[in-house]
Amino acid sequence: MRPFDYHRAETFDDVTSGQIIAGGTNLLDLMKIQVMTPEALVDITRLEGLSAIVPEGDGLRIGALVTNSALAYDPLVRAGWPLLSRAILAGASAQIRNKATTGGNLLQRTRCPYFYDTSQPCNKRTPGAGCAAIGGGGRMLALFGTSDHCLAAHPSDMAVALTALGAEVEIHGANGTRRVPLQDLYVPPADRPDRETILETGDLITAVILPAPKSGSRQGYRKVRDRASYAFALVSVAGAVTMEGGTITDVSLAFGSVAPKPWTIPEVEQMLLGQPASDDLFRRAADLLAPDPAPHPETEYKRALLRRTFVATMRQLTGLADTTGTDIARAEA
Amino acid sequence: MKDHFTMDSPQPRLLDETKQGVIGTPMDRPDGPRKVSGTADYTADHAPDGMAHGVLVRATIARGRITGMDRDTVLGIDGVIDVITDPRMIRNPAQGMAGSAPVQTGDEVHYHGQPIALVVAETFEAARDAAQRLTVHYHAEAAAVSPETTPDTETDDPVTAGDFDSSWSAAEVQIDRAYTTPSQAAAAMEPHAAIADWQGDHVTLRSALQMVRFNKAELADTLGIDPSKVRILAPFVGGGFGSKLGLGPEAAAAAIAAQKLGRPVRVVMTRQTVFDTVLRRSETAQRVRLGATKDGRITAISHDDRVSNIDGEGFAEPVSQASQFLYGADGLSFTQTVARIAATPAGSVRAPGEAVGMLAFEAAIDELADALGMDPLELRLKNLPEKHPIDGRPYSARRLADCLTEGAARFGWADRWQAGTRREGDWLIGIGMASAARSNMLVKSSARVRLTGDQAIVETDMTDIGTGTYAILAQITAEMLGLPAANVTVRLGDSDLPGASGSGGSFGANSAGSAVFLAARKLRAEIAERLGCDAEGLTLQNGQARGDNREAALTELVSEEILAEATIQKGKTAKSHFSSGFGAHFAEVAVNEWTGEIRVRRMLGVMSMGRILNEKTARSQALGGMIWGIGAALTEEMQSDPRDGHIVTRDLANYHVPAHADVPGDMQVVFLEERDDWANPIQTKGIGELGISGAGAAVINAISHATSKRAYDYPVLPDRMVALLEG
Ligand SMILES: Cc1cc2nc3c(=O)[nH]c(=O)nc-3n(C[C@H](O)[C@H](O)[C@H](O)COP(=O)(O)OP(=O)(O)OC[C@H]3O[C@@H](n4cnc5c(N)ncnc54)[C@H](O)[C@@H]3O)c2cc1C
Ligand code: SF4
Repeated sequence: MRPFDYHRAETFDDVTSGQIIAGGTNLLDLMKIQVMTPEALVDITRLEGLSAIVPEGDGLRIGALVTNSALAYDPLVRAGWPLLSRAILAGASAQIRNKATTGGNLLQRTRCPYFYDTSQPCNKRTPGAGCAAIGGGGRMLALFGTSDHCLAAHPSDMAVALTALGAEVEIHGANGTRRVPLQDLYVPPADRPDRETILETGDLITAVILPAPKSGSRQGYRKVRDRASYAFALVSVAGAVTMEGGTITDVSLAFGSVAPKPWTIPEVEQMLLGQPASDDLFRRAADLLAPDPAPHPETEYKRALLRRTFVATMRQLTGLADTTGTDIARAEA
Repeated sequence: MKDHFTMDSPQPRLLDETKQGVIGTPMDRPDGPRKVSGTADYTADHAPDGMAHGVLVRATIARGRITGMDRDTVLGIDGVIDVITDPRMIRNPAQGMAGSAPVQTGDEVHYHGQPIALVVAETFEAARDAAQRLTVHYHAEAAAVSPETTPDTETDDPVTAGDFDSSWSAAEVQIDRAYTTPSQAAAAMEPHAAIADWQGDHVTLRSALQMVRFNKAELADTLGIDPSKVRILAPFVGGGFGSKLGLGPEAAAAAIAAQKLGRPVRVVMTRQTVFDTVLRRSETAQRVRLGATKDGRITAISHDDRVSNIDGEGFAEPVSQASQFLYGADGLSFTQTVARIAATPAGSVRAPGEAVGMLAFEAAIDELADALGMDPLELRLKNLPEKHPIDGRPYSARRLADCLTEGAARFGWADRWQAGTRREGDWLIGIGMASAARSNMLVKSSARVRLTGDQAIVETDMTDIGTGTYAILAQITAEMLGLPAANVTVRLGDSDLPGASGSGGSFGANSAGSAVFLAARKLRAEIAERLGCDAEGLTLQNGQARGDNREAALTELVSEEILAEATIQKGKTAKSHFSSGFGAHFAEVAVNEWTGEIRVRRMLGVMSMGRILNEKTARSQALGGMIWGIGAALTEEMQSDPRDGHIVTRDLANYHVPAHADVPGDMQVVFLEERDDWANPIQTKGIGELGISGAGAAVINAISHATSKRAYDYPVLPDRMVALLEG
């Protein structure tokens, strides 16, 4: 690890330069192996007002320093936005979730193994160096939204749920405070995969805002991974569906570990909306999910896996399949 | 008193006669509290005065020569002391029981990840930074990194019995299948670590090692010094699974650096270095051919395999080991090919051979049963040979048939349903079983037992790698000398103590335990003499000696220390009889018909593995083995880069050992009572690895039963299962 300066931020405006450290569960790992070598760290963990979950209008304001555990077990979240709770608990381990924060989770870096290995060229680490994953091993890479310069996927579970729930991010910067849809926080890799978000130096995520709960919707987060827990998703599907009679009256979906950000495909939702739930409908919608061919031969399997996981999730969210023993929950509040 | 004992004939079952009643009991490990409270001193917990920190630098080409290193740039980093290269540094860890230096390459690079230098600094952080930043110049050469395409292969003469070819072609039913398993990592919790400290021309090395007696010779040979000048300490080792059998590059580098700098040096591998350089289990490509008559008599067995290793390593994963003695046939044939590649060297990893060979072999047996329309349990029971099918030796003790039937009864095998017909929601349910076998060994071992009054001390350089050695050696001594186990102190892991087998191949408890037993037997003879009775008539219990109507307290009889040392080595019984642990594994799985996820819902292992010395540590070993079986079947896969062979899965977030959620709550282990008189004087057999052998195959066979699809490439990760479900 390289020596670095350490500064504890006392106010939001203190965060003008340096790499922000919150829980440190991702940043410190990357600093130890010198994938990230910041000269200065700004510790935001003592900043006031960032650790609370409070109602805001019909929705919820989640401070950027709220830990993943606190958020997952919050009674309001569990009642109104159960999808979020499920997604968080599907990620990492209890110890990591106790330390990891809401802001840090959104900004965690990819798990492309070549990004982690400094003996390998990686455009995300060093723009222009090349991409070792192309022609190498790539089971964890993305299906959608990649560029010729980077095929990496965003690994967060929580962000997938937040995307499906239509969350916004509040950012404090040099020019004051702004809010953007979570979707717009992330930028496509293009030829600068090192630039992952719209954040500028000095920008601080202060909160995530959830809109009003989708009362009565059925919600679920389906994560498929290489072992039963404590592994990053191969693919994941977050969904919230409201039905009247047998008809889908509201649906929002997001797909995880298949793109450089939580992925949405509005055409899928449009195809489902106003339709009676049926296996046939889900199969047709699933066909919109898989680019042909996959950008890396080793992610070819994700096409079938994503389609199948989507159909399985939709069947549960719409009551076509039995949900006993599953994580599907109904939003109340 | 000294006893040199050669295992030439069965010995009286003394441990069944003694009266203390501690042998076999589920005694807690005496070292347990220290381990859970963080006071057990593992290697890297030590920091001798004046210690410097070393970090290994890895090669980043697959093959070639080092032409230079920009030392000056990193020597300028605050705290960096030296960048050390030395012709005595070793390319990779020694193979188990090598007793001599591993390959020393000087400025040659043989694989990506090879340690090529040690950066030493005042802090670990500075050393790691410098190791990371050191620019190395190479003359790179072309290298074959793929076992499939390397031109450099060696094929052994087949091991055969009867005439396989004619039995095969005459067989009424044939199964001919190809299987693959990936490289696996031992994945011990404690990363490899060493601290070297010189006093004059003597070096003391603390290191996480499994086989101190051999490691001492390996270090001496590596450094080119006399073994009498080497002392090795390994009182606590945080898991080995084969990966700490041999002296490692971190230990050689620490010794060299400490000598050069004249101060102690500690080298702890980062997790990434552990993956890069510690011996992996080879990937395998296997072909199993089984021929049978229509009524289910197996007539032809062949199990061929291709494994890989780097040049200069004699080890080849013994894939077909168990296939050679589990079932009988008219013709048997086993051929192994070793592909030479420039990649992380391969060596022993938990149950070398059986752990991956039985996945394929026992899956093929299942497929044969399907083809015959026979119950797989029945097929196995019907084909148990009288004697070892290759060399004709009788089995020393084999309750395989009992394990199979007892397991079937306990598991509810008779309720087995037609394959692919049971579901719960989206999950398809199936059950499977497999035989378990793991050959048993006795390795030369010495131990000393000291007795003063009713307090005993056991001394041997044997290691406890988390398995319970401290517990069982105390129990054997306590049982033999008639003492509560708490009165026995066990000292391990110091090469100044009598040399033992070390922990490997599941032979540690048998070998070191036998040496302790023999030393204690000597002491019993001495006590009998002092009491004035025959050794056979002596009863020792709770510190009292009785015999021939006499009785005395040990505190009176042995008021001053007496000691005995014993050495055991294998003898005629190893030639006259074939000893192996046997068992049967059963598993129930659920396969998600959409996502291909597989969950093991319950597992049962019924095993006969000789005398059980401690019911709790034995069970833990068996359970741990079964969990590794789940790993081999479902989760564990090391991936390497197709271009330069470097390991891609370099940490425990990417290399997936089973997590708690992968292990069913309902995991049962049953031991069938057994004494193996031909194995050793305490009638025990190896335990840990038997738990793995066949366990994964039971899971694999359950998957086929659940889905009616057969997987041939393991582990069955969701992508592989989905491909089968789509097909
Ligand atoms: C072994 C392991 C397994 C894991 N498994 C999973 C998993 O299955 N699913 C999953 O989703 N995650 C997983 N994680 C990732 C984990 O969720 C993240 O490490 C964690 O959420 C990051 O939060 P943090 O507060 O520790 O962030 P830090 O490490 O402190 O920071 C991460 C990044 O965010 C920036 N940052 C942090 N807070 C702010 C802020 N308020 N404003 C601006 N920038 C900020 C930092 O500068 C840094 O770049 C795993 C992690 C580990 C180590
Ligand atoms: S895919 Fe992206 S992160 Fe991975 S090596 Fe290529 S550039 Fe780097």
